[in-house]
Amino acid sequence: MSKFTFTGGIHPFDGKSLSKDKPIVDILPKDELVYPLSQHIGAPAKAVVAVGETVKRGQMIAEAGGFVSAPIYASVSGTVTGIAPHRIVTGDMVESIIIKNDHEYIEVEYDPADPDELSKEEIIARIQKGGVVGMGGAGFPTHVKLSPKKPETIDYVIANCAECEPYLTSDYRRMVEEPEKLVEGLKIILRLFDNARGILAVEDNKPDVIDKLKKLTKDESRILVKALKTKYPQGSERQLIYATTKRAINSSMLPADAGCVVDNVDTIVAIYNAVKNGIPLMERIVTITGDCIKNPVNFRVHIGQSYRELIEEAGGFRTQPAKIVSGGPMMGFALFDLDVPTTKTASACLCLSEDEVSEAKSTNCINCGKCLEVCPGRVMPRKLMDLAVKGDLEGFEKLGGMECCECGCCSYICPAKRQLTQSIKSARKIVLANRRKAK
Amino acid sequence: MSDLMNVSSNPHIRSKVTTGMIMYCVIIALMPATVFGVYNFGIYSLALVAVTVVSAIVTELVFELIFKKKITIGDGSAVVTGLLLALNLPPKAPLWIGIIGAVFAIFVVKMLFGGLGQNFMNPALGARCFLLISFPAIMTNFETGIEAYSGATPLARLNAGEAVNVLDMVLGRTSGTIGETSVIAIVIGACLLILLGIIDLKIPGMYIVSFAIFIGLFGGHGFNGYYIAAELAAGGLMLGAFFMATDYVTRPITLKGQLLYGVLLGILTGAFRVFGSGEGVSYAIIIGNLCVPLIEKITVPKAFGEGGERI
Ligand code: SF4
Ligand code: SF4
Repeated sequence: MSKFTFTGGIHPFDGKSLSKDKPIVDILPKDELVYPLSQHIGAPAKAVVAVGETVKRGQMIAEAGGFVSAPIYASVSGTVTGIAPHRIVTGDMVESIIIKNDHEYIEVEYDPADPDELSKEEIIARIQKGGVVGMGGAGFPTHVKLSPKKPETIDYVIANCAECEPYLTSDYRRMVEEPEKLVEGLKIILRLFDNARGILAVEDNKPDVIDKLKKLTKDESRILVKALKTKYPQGSERQLIYATTKRAINSSMLPADAGCVVDNVDTIVAIYNAVKNGIPLMERIVTITGDCIKNPVNFRVHIGQSYRELIEEAGGFRTQPAKIVSGGPMMGFALFDLDVPTTKTASACLCLSEDEVSEAKSTNCINCGKCLEVCPGRVMPRKLMDLAVKGDLEGFEKLGGMECCECGCCSYICPAKRQLTQSIKSARKIVLANRRKAK
Repeated sequence: MSDLMNVSSNPHIRSKVTTGMIMYCVIIALMPATVFGVYNFGIYSLALVAVTVVSAIVTELVFELIFKKKITIGDGSAVVTGLLLALNLPPKAPLWIGIIGAVFAIFVVKMLFGGLGQNFMNPALGARCFLLISFPAIMTNFETGIEAYSGATPLARLNAGEAVNVLDMVLGRTSGTIGETSVIAIVIGACLLILLGIIDLKIPGMYIVSFAIFIGLFGGHGFNGYYIAAELAAGGLMLGAFFMATDYVTRPITLKGQLLYGVLLGILTGAFRVFGSGEGVSYAIIIGNLCVPLIEKITVPKAFGEGGERI
């Protein structure tokens, strides 16, 4: 099998076996659901319901706050009990709509359509209306991504099926159980780009999925399946584009600049639901796993359910965790609090015990060069950290600090356990903030 | 809940490899050469090795106690320094030579610059050069009382134009410092480090190849395989190439820089051997150490996608 890959990267313990063979389970939410108005990149959504109002499942409760924004839908029927700041996974307080579930699940009428009959504009409008955003973590509104300046220059639509983060299995389960939706979704995106071919990019640790997708697409002349080498961060956008097309883009370029559009599995399925069935984004697959969880599992959750509910549904803790992470272990957020809602971008809840979290103290850098070797951004993490700590932002930018994708490989590999990613990340944040101010 | 949970930044998992583990692997990799040296030169050399290693550890500990620093002797780096220094001493050198060398290596070359990772010169080599300059007679006395392993080293004989037996040199049946004589023992240890991914062939490979070419060009014997092999096996070249030129702290961190550094060491060592007198490995590596900042500056890697073109 030919292998597509990038330079750098690591092979951490993948932990996927905990939940890999657990079929997706539908769970019903408890009484209260919380919908932060900002769960995507761009302007926050604007609430269109008032406290006391009754809502149906599938009803828009907040409209997009601009072009780069996305509407939000109620995932249950019930009553709006509050619109107030609520803590979210990052620890910030964000204005949120709170709905009391009436457990009736009364739904609005959806408006299905035949994608082949729709014009390009109609397809994009349906995606926009469906509130679809990048569900891999970034949360960039999908309709914006799918509207590049020159759609005719797009020659690859890449379905990011790598799922390279350890422990995560939600995309894997989706591909095992509902691969048709993924392929149909990809076909819908291809409708938008006449000159493009679709690539299903899967890591080669999922041979069953590769076989299945190959079979499903054998009559599709525009779609091919590519097996990628299993390596973290194979699914990072820039690395994925390089692995599949050998085009390298830097941090200031968009995938479209290299003729590519990239979407992950869940996003493509959400596109399928929004375009074909007219069903907005209200649910997603979340992996609940880690060595501290009694029954690691993959849930289909109603967006807005709290992490505490999900952990309880998974049987609670086997042992007290030292760290609870939303998302994967390499790039996820450590949670302050379990009473935070799942959002469109929540891919997993990971409960790790002490020894997996690795509490090791940082020691002096021994200049071993491992961080350089593994860095997919091909920069020098050890020097960047020194500059970041010193506050020399100019030097930091000069040495390519902005090309870091915050993947965490350098901190992972460092034998001295230095906080490389963390300091580089903070410096990048300051540089970005300064740039915004300068504008 | 909040105070129970650890909310540090990503990544939330770390590789199990630590600085200490790397150092202990290096120590294990030095064992074949050490054991072979002791076996050859007798039990006294074991005492010399032990005293040097212990002095290195004690110096680091005392320094850290006096200056109220974090105690770092557990990371094994002092042992590595002590051991490397000992392997570079003549088998019958007095014990106080080992002690002075270890104190100099740790106190002056390592700790005064801020400890592990901050020094710009390899501590063991710095100490060896210091001893060579201060006590030349002792440091070049290779009499051991054991006939086969005594007297002029193969390198000295090579320089004097005498014949040498390369096979004996590869096996280590010659005189020399405790750890440098057996190419085989050194290479076994080096292979271990290469297999474990702790070192790679970039620096040693470039070093050896460029040295061989230099000797071929300027050594006065042309590209005579036997002569080049003898030069390669002689002196501390193998020990230096695999265990000292590869020292993380004092070699360039960039990949291209490492290749350049290897070539530089090869040329310098060759020049010392051909135009100077005798051993050039230690001085070559120390000069190389001093060039590292410059080498790193001119070999900054290109970031991923840098200069990428839009279509
Ligand atoms: S510097 Fe950034 S891109 Fe490079 S390994 Fe570290 S986190 Fe990843
Ligand atoms: S991996 Fe850690 S110890 Fe090694 S060079 Fe990078 S920062 Fe230094």
